[in-house]
Amino acid sequence: MTSRRKVLKAGAAAGAAVFASTLGFPSIVRAQAGAIKIGHLTPLTGFLGALGEYAVMGIKMATEEINAAGGVMGRKLDVISEDSVNPATASTKAQRMLEQDKVEFLMGEINSASAQTIMQVAARNKKLFLQIGARSDVLRGKNCNKYTFHVDIPVTVMVNAAGQALLREGLIKGKRVFCLTSDYLFGHDLSKAAKAFIAANGGTVIGDELTATDTTDFSPFLLKIRQAKPDLVATNLGGNQVTNFVKQYSEFGLPYPVAGFNLNTADAWAAGEGNLAGYWPTVWHHELDTPGSKAFVAEFRKKYGKPPENHAWIEYVSLKIMAQAMNATKLTDTDKLIAYFESQAEFDLLKARKGYFRSWDHQLIQEAYPFTVKPKGQAKDKWDFLAFGAAVPAANQPLEVINPSKEQNTCSM
Amino acid sequence: MQFFFLLEQVVNGLVLGGYYLLIALGLSLIFSVGGVVNLAHGAFYALGAYVSVEIARHLGFGAGAVLSPVAVALLGILFERFILRRFYTADPILSLLVTFGLALVAEQAIRMIWGAAPLPASMPASFKGSVVLGDFLFSRYRLFLLGVVAVVLTGIWLLLHKTSFGRVVRAGIQRPDMVAALGIRLQPYMTTIVMLGVGMAALGGALFAPIAMVHPAMGAEIITVAFVVVVIGGLGSFWGVVLAAMLVGVVRGITIHFVPAAGEASMYVLMFLVLMFRPRGLLGERIEKFE
Repeated sequence: MTSRRKVLKAGAAAGAAVFASTLGFPSIVRAQAGAIKIGHLTPLTGFLGALGEYAVMGIKMATEEINAAGGVMGRKLDVISEDSVNPATASTKAQRMLEQDKVEFLMGEINSASAQTIMQVAARNKKLFLQIGARSDVLRGKNCNKYTFHVDIPVTVMVNAAGQALLREGLIKGKRVFCLTSDYLFGHDLSKAAKAFIAANGGTVIGDELTATDTTDFSPFLLKIRQAKPDLVATNLGGNQVTNFVKQYSEFGLPYPVAGFNLNTADAWAAGEGNLAGYWPTVWHHELDTPGSKAFVAEFRKKYGKPPENHAWIEYVSLKIMAQAMNATKLTDTDKLIAYFESQAEFDLLKARKGYFRSWDHQLIQEAYPFTVKPKGQAKDKWDFLAFGAAVPAANQPLEVINPSKEQNTCSM
Repeated sequence: MQFFFLLEQVVNGLVLGGYYLLIALGLSLIFSVGGVVNLAHGAFYALGAYVSVEIARHLGFGAGAVLSPVAVALLGILFERFILRRFYTADPILSLLVTFGLALVAEQAIRMIWGAAPLPASMPASFKGSVVLGDFLFSRYRLFLLGVVAVVLTGIWLLLHKTSFGRVVRAGIQRPDMVAALGIRLQPYMTTIVMLGVGMAALGGALFAPIAMVHPAMGAEIITVAFVVVVIGGLGSFWGVVLAAMLVGVVRGITIHFVPAAGEASMYVLMFLVLMFRPRGLLGERIEKFE
């Protein structure tokens, strides 16, 4: 009874406030009384499904924390998570969430192609979409829109983060690089950024082969790599492909050094110890030595019994970002939220440096990290065989330098 | 040099075809004898991979690769006895629905037991690396895989063609009514066929676990390929399936050599062409009950 009375009281108070200030609409009064509904879409099946599972764990944990601390402006958060399946379904579900479920805004996604269709739905309905996990440059470039903000690093940052490590090892300048690229929006984009980086740093791309997203057997490609005899194999693959490639590259035991411009910690863990090699980038990792990350990892381990993957982290901080924005603007109003983000307000990302949304392309500007593999026998457990490098860019450089410039990735809203 | 590279792809395609065969042969046998398209076949493949990884964790890779197919084959007996058996004479749409549903249930069950995150799996270090035979590069592990496939294939062929068991099964494919008239119940034979077919699929899963991602949807991935192989090969023909599996592997390799992006699409084009000229598949026989 008490909770019901509390709700009624809160509703009455909110109603009175709205009535007093704006002589507002009854629908707003009703909405204020209940929980804040949030539409969350992420792939739970298909080649990115494993990452989506971590995404849901992360956002669930953030929801519980925020609600346990009293919610946002006294209202609980109600996050509706669904499988986005594919670009067409993602778009249908986003529209349904806005129309029927009456969510205040949309969050989520990992698949760049699905993110693109949800972005269109957001723009059509003039609602905010916090695009969390998709990394294609074009989403924040050619296809950017006013209603979408991007949390995960774009592919250019991935390339720069791994690329710095490759430059240091002398694997780019004057070297012949063979690329393998995932045949969809994200892969093409990654390949473009990788080729630009390799060319700018004095390397030559001697081949770039497209592979279908459902490729499980890479042996014909491995034979072609051997025939090309490159100095470096650079992969622009996504999801399951990375794991399959890494396992089979190790199976064939080819002697050429390998690198990739996209790898999620889950893909690395799935490869199994002894199979992964080479240089890779990541947006966050569970061994990051900051108080915020350590507390998050400890809490996550306690709750789920395993370390968080980077998609769990990013969903967790994304909901915290939305909570901060709603608390700051005191509203869930789309235009106010957009204005708040565009003011380049800073957000705690559990990293050494805070992040902010760049106003002209709505990209969250933040640190990235390269990683490689610990020498044999040094792993403490099955989660522990990755060796993470120092943050990129270095502490004395501005965060923006690893991001695409206005000229490289034009966005006009 | 170009020709040599192409030849290398052909040989590699044959090896890959051998692996497809492990999954497709069982699917074809169950289809031919029982008249049931077992859409749950991929689920047993996935289960084979998961169980092998689980066993390998405690007892090592070898134990996983041997025990997992046996365990899954036993599960196959239950599957035949309590589910599949009810649908041999029913409308084919019913068996399609029930096995498709079962595939979804199995995938979700795997997700609930082992989680959606893929399981790490590795092969023993001694299997890693390649051997160069002549001018051809072979992964050492895949040569071993090819050896296993050859043994299994020989075993199944001998069983079907040199034993009384096989004679009944082959007669059952062509004229189940005659077999019944002779007073032979096909049911126990069907149980054995399903057990063997499902066991082979699980063996495929167990052997592929160290070189491909072990994840809940792996069954759905393989069932399409296996089905395409069966359709190309033709029903009721042992050698049809063998030929089709090799052909799919080789065509994929050659396609990737010339047009890498079309690699995964090549088998569907192949199926299209084969069905245009030979609607029963390459070596498919005329089977009255399916006409």
